[in-house]
Parts: sequence; structure tokens; C-alpha cells
Amino acid sequence: MQKQQEALTKKPERCRVLGPVASIYAAANTGTWRIDRPKVNYEACIKCGTCEKYCPANVIDIKKDQAECVVIDFDYCKGCGICANECPKKCISMVPEGSEV
Amino acid sequence: MAFKMLDGNGAAVEAIKMAKVQVVSAYPITPQSSIAEKLSEEVASGALKAQYIRVESEHTALTAATTAMLTGVRAATATASVGLALMHEVAGMTAGLRIPLVMPVVNRGLAAPWTLWCDHGDAMCERDTGWMQFYCQNVQEVYDLTTMAYKIAEDENVLIPAMVCLDGFFLSHSMQKIDVPDQESVDKFIGPYKAKNAYLDPADPMFVCNLTGSDEFTEMRYQQKIGMDNAFGVIEKVQKEFEEKFGRKYEIVEGYKTEDADVVLVALGSMCGTAKYVANKMRAEGKKVGVAKVIVFRPFPAKQLREVLSGKAVIGAFDRSAGIGGEGGPVWSETCAAMRDADCDIRHYVGGLGGRDVTTASIEKIFNELLEIKEGKRKDHTEWIDVKENAMDLRQVLKNA
Amino acid sequence: MHDIKHNSKGMVPHGFSACAGCAMELLMRKVTEVLGEDTIMIIPPGCAASFSGYGKETAIKLPGYQGNLENTAAGCSGVRAALNAMGNTHTTVVGFAGDGGTADIGLQSLSGAFERRDKILYICYDNEAYMNTGIQSSSSTPLFASTTTEPAGKPTARKNLMMIAIAHDIPYAASTSIYNIPDLQKKIKKAMEADGPSFLHIHAPCPTGWRYDPAKTIELARAAVMTGSWMLYEYENGKVTINYKPKELAPIDSYISLQGRFKRLTAEQKEELQRFTIENYNKCIKRLECMD
Repeated sequence: MQKQQEALTKKPERCRVLGPVASIYAAANTGTWRIDRPKVNYEACIKCGTCEKYCPANVIDIKKDQAECVVIDFDYCKGCGICANECPKKCISMVPEGSEV
Repeated sequence: MAFKMLDGNGAAVEAIKMAKVQVVSAYPITPQSSIAEKLSEEVASGALKAQYIRVESEHTALTAATTAMLTGVRAATATASVGLALMHEVAGMTAGLRIPLVMPVVNRGLAAPWTLWCDHGDAMCERDTGWMQFYCQNVQEVYDLTTMAYKIAEDENVLIPAMVCLDGFFLSHSMQKIDVPDQESVDKFIGPYKAKNAYLDPADPMFVCNLTGSDEFTEMRYQQKIGMDNAFGVIEKVQKEFEEKFGRKYEIVEGYKTEDADVVLVALGSMCGTAKYVANKMRAEGKKVGVAKVIVFRPFPAKQLREVLSGKAVIGAFDRSAGIGGEGGPVWSETCAAMRDADCDIRHYVGGLGGRDVTTASIEKIFNELLEIKEGKRKDHTEWIDVKENAMDLRQVLKNA
Repeated sequence: MHDIKHNSKGMVPHGFSACAGCAMELLMRKVTEVLGEDTIMIIPPGCAASFSGYGKETAIKLPGYQGNLENTAAGCSGVRAALNAMGNTHTTVVGFAGDGGTADIGLQSLSGAFERRDKILYICYDNEAYMNTGIQSSSSTPLFASTTTEPAGKPTARKNLMMIAIAHDIPYAASTSIYNIPDLQKKIKKAMEADGPSFLHIHAPCPTGWRYDPAKTIELARAAVMTGSWMLYEYENGKVTINYKPKELAPIDSYISLQGRFKRLTAEQKEELQRFTIENYNKCIKRLECMD
């Protein structure tokens, strides 16, 4: 508890560290890997969350109150197709990247 | 300050205990085993408040000590011979991550053949791992050099792990009367440990030891080199402070009767005691001989060695390891490199392998040869000073034709 | 502390350089969701080492260490001892290693940590080969699977890591799979709470190494359990719970026909694999049921 209190009140300083350490938390440009991309049929979607649950990149969000209820972050989606394969209603299809504008 | 009867292993344990390590991970191996045992006794009795990890191999022993220090506590391990060899892979981690672990190494030869006894081959094989290496002449030095090692290694300008080498059996099992300072003085001298560089802390996370590209690897090795370079200054400072506080003087290279010596023998470890004894005896006979005792082998004290050997025309360098495949062993090779700009004749001697005693007779023979070389009365020398004549025919075995 | 250059919904960036469809990537996300921030993680070289990152960048928000291939458990033991010495018994110490780093070269240090009862959580993600170095066989590669070091197919059956963990009688060991997220996360929680060492053996299909369409990762993991090629069970303080028993084992073909690494099997080998799978499954069930 003491340490947490101290951590909150102490201001972090930039320090030199010798040897191999990594502290920059960053993302790779995995969206550029895609050959196919998932396309959702929103009308058929029952918002079960299966695609969200199984996406390895965790880039799917179910928005129950939106018409476009499955939001995919295409900056990082690799187009693996797991969402399409697991969807119980088969309402996600994999289409070639760039096939829609 | 108190006098205690301790053997080398006991002295190592005393220093470790007084450094108040909080994690111990030692795996038994002859002749180090009593270090692992005594540490467990100190923990069991409560004299040392530490977590004792009864590791299942030396590889694990060094790994656990390394990660324990990364997590933020002083840790201890110790080993010998093939145990050190098994640690080799991890030794590079400890050094490359700048973890100031202090580890007694009870020098014992490597297999094959199997030996249980004194030989510097184990530590010499580790000379490129990026660790410091200190060599002890007697049991007092085991205590003193181990205690100083904590302060040197943990210095923020060094941050390099240290092997404190003590000769197997000759020191590890030799009872000597030594002076042990009081705990309070040691506390003030060493101070508490804090993981200052890289560490594992959920409140302040970072990832330690990930993949490093060719665009940065060189620089990280260079950082280690700078740490080693800085070590000289820090060692001198620590030795001076040790002398002020505890009354015993140490140097990086100790020149014993070298100032006016005609010939000097460079050597490491307990045989230096014997060499000093022989030097005294021969001095009484009018022969001007001296001993250059190398206490700090890593970083290699080229400058200090040059000072001690300055002006000496004939030098002997003694390797207590075979150094097979080199023109000479490590002590000789590095002495030659240090003296490359000097006009001197440096002779390579190998002996005391696999527990063979480096006798007064051997050392006297070496000094006499060096003197004869200096006087122009001899050209060659007995490189393998104590090898037996029937070496090639050692084994005659009945076999099926 | 981390320089955050990317906002993620968890401890792993959304742009993470695992193969498309990688079970291990999904696994790490689900695991870290349960572990939380009060965790120190040790990851050996292998596919998971990608989480440790490259150069200045890391792909996991936890404090972590990349040790040697064979000493993940040993590294965990050292961290645990240090934490205990500092009076910290709340931080979870986790090892996250593959099958190669666990069943082969890592077995000694794993056994040591188990026997000492060091409180560490050891997770073995099993993709059934040394995938990161190029799909070489490990002792966890299944019978007849083709790898780059046994291209004609592995002649021996895999080692049973769970039985090895059980033989050490550790407080908690569980076999789980990426297709059953609730089962997986429940078991991680139990493992965290175990009073001593805990072991999780997690099936992690690999599209690159097993040679299948990446979209099928979850489907394959499910098929493995349905055919009896993988089992879901727990060993908790000496008591065994078999979490799921298919009413009838699905034919092995429903699992192997989807995978390129089984493509070269002859009809005889397929029969043998089917026989072996059923026999092995039944043998395991029998052994486990005896343990109660």
C-alpha cells in the first residue's frame, strides 16, 4: 500500500538503463498484412459476441445499440477469418481486401 | 572485530551472511558443498534471514539468484568446476543484465578426466563472460575480497557480477585464523542493496532482456566494457576504504619483493603464498626474486601489472590451468599482451593441475631457471614444471587384440 | 514504467506480430485478463518471446524477463523467493512457455520448482512443436504429425505433461484449450489461488506449423477435444475432475483431415492413429478415474 501511495505521489523521471530493457509499449502495423477482410451482414447478426470473444487481435467490438453492431478495427485486423468461421449465424464473410470502397 | 577459525568455505559463508543476502540458491559440488550446507544452517538458525531455494542444478542456482536480484534483493550462490561450466549459459545473462551478483568459485579442474581437486581451469573458462574475477591467496582474503566484491559490483559505475575464486581444498578446506569485523561496520561499508538498473516490479514495469538488433547489441557490450574499465577506479577506492575501516591493505596487483627483483613470477591464488615463502628463502641466499600476485584477474590489470613488472627483463607467468591449444595459458597470454611494448622475456609455466601441489621445489626451480635465463646461462625452460616423465605411457591396458 | 504509444483494451497491443489466427495470441490476451497487473512474467525464447518485443519496444504491459529456454520455472522460483523475502505474497509469478521449453529442455527446472512447492503459475501453451524456430518436433508433437525434423511423421506418441505434473502432486494442474474460453479463464483463476505451484497445459493450434487455414484455429481446438486427441480435466489437491467427456469420440479424420501436417498419412497409419487415439483416451480416463 505504501509503495502504491508513493508511486502515485512520485513523479516519474527519465533514467538511463544499461543493457536490454524494453519499455515502449507500441503496436505493429498488422492491418497491412490483410489479404481478405471480414464483411459483416449486420441484419443477420444476433450480437452473440462470439466473433469478439475469439478474435486473436481483440479488434472486434459489439455495439448492441448501433445498426452497424460489429465494429472492427481495420488498423490491426489481420484477416485471419476466425470470426467468419466461428459466427453461429454465418453472417461474416471474408472478402478480398480492397474489393469495397 | 573478532578472530574466528574458519576454512575458506566458512569465510565465504561469513561474508555472504554479513552481506545480509535474502535469497540463497546453491547446489552442492565438491569442494564447494560446505558453502551450500553452512548457508542452510545459518538460514535454519535464523542468523541469516533468507529464502533458501534448494535448487536442482547449478543452471537453476544461477538463474534463481539472477532473477531474485532482478526482483530486488541481494542473492547468493556458489559453485566449482563443472557446476560453473553448467552455469556458463546463465553467466552471460547475469553479466549482460548488469546484475551485481557475488559468487564464490571454489577452483577445481574440469572434466575429463574427472578431478575433485584444485585447478583454475573452471574459472579461466569463464573469463569472457563479462564477470569480474578476484583470486584469494588465503582464508582472510576469501572473507575480505568477498566483502569488498559486494561494494565494487554494486557500484552504479560498475554493475558487474563478481566471481571470488578460492583454491579447492587448499583454501576451501584449510582452517585459518581470520579477523572478522563486526556486523555494524560491515553494514556501513557495504550498505543495503537496491536494484537500480533493470528490475521486475509490477508498480514500475519494464521488460528485461528482450531481443536486441544488430543496431544496438554492440553498444550494450560497449556499456559492459565501460563498466569493466570503471571497475579499476572503484576497486582502488573500495580497497582504500577497506584499509581505513578494517586495517588490511589490498592492491589490484600485489608486488611482493618486486621493486629490485631480477626476475618476477606472475601468479594467482594460494600458490602465491608458497611463492612468497620461496622468495623469502631465496632472498636470504642472495637471489633477488619477486612475486607479482594478481588479485584482480578480470578486469585484467594490464596497467598495474606493467607498473609492477616495469624494467624486469625476465618474467615467469604461471598458469594453474592447462590452456590447451593456446601457445600458452591465459595468465601468460594476457601478461604478454600487457607487456607487448616492453623489452622482456616472458616464460610460460603450467603446473598445479588437478590438485597437484605447487611445491616450494617447483617454484624454486622456476625462479632458478628465470635467473639463469637472465644471466644468459640458459635458453629453454621447463614449461610444464611438474609433469612426470612417463606422461605418454601413464596407462598400460590389456585389450582384446 | 511504460511509454504508452498505443491504446489497447488489455495488456497486449492489438497490432501484435503473431501469425494470423495464432491461438497463442488469443491465449495471452485471455490469460492476462485474469492475471491482472500484479504479475511478473517470465517468457523463454519461442513464439511467446514476441511479447517481450524487439529493441526498445515491448508487446506486453507486465514486468517481465526473457530467460533461457530451459529455465523458465527456475527463473520463476528466484522471483518468488525474492518477493517472499520482501514480504510480498500477493504478486503472481507466471512462467509462459511453449511445449519445447517445458516438456523437453525445460523439464528439469519445472520438476525442481514443483518438488520444492514454489508458488509459481506455470503456463505451457502447446502448439505441438518448436514453432518459432521452424516447426521442429518436440516431445509434445503427436504421433504421425509431420515436422521439419520428422517429415515422414513422428514415430512416437507425445509425452503426457499433465501426468508428469500430477506425479509431482502439485496443488493444481489443469488441461484446457483455446476454444473454451470460460473453462480456460476459470482454470487460470484457480491456478492463481493454488497454495503452491500450479500448472496449466493449454492446447494452442498453430496455422503455420499444422498447415491449415488460419480461420480454423478454434474449430480445430474443438475437434481435438471431440476426437479425444486433447482432454479437459483438472487435478486439484489430489482430486481429479474430468471437465468434459464427449458422449462418443468423433472420428479422427474430422480433426486430422483439416491439417496439412497429417496429409501424408497412409490408410494404415490413419487406422493406427484412430486406434491409438481411442485407446489412449480410454486409458487416460481410466487412470484419472482411479485417482479419486
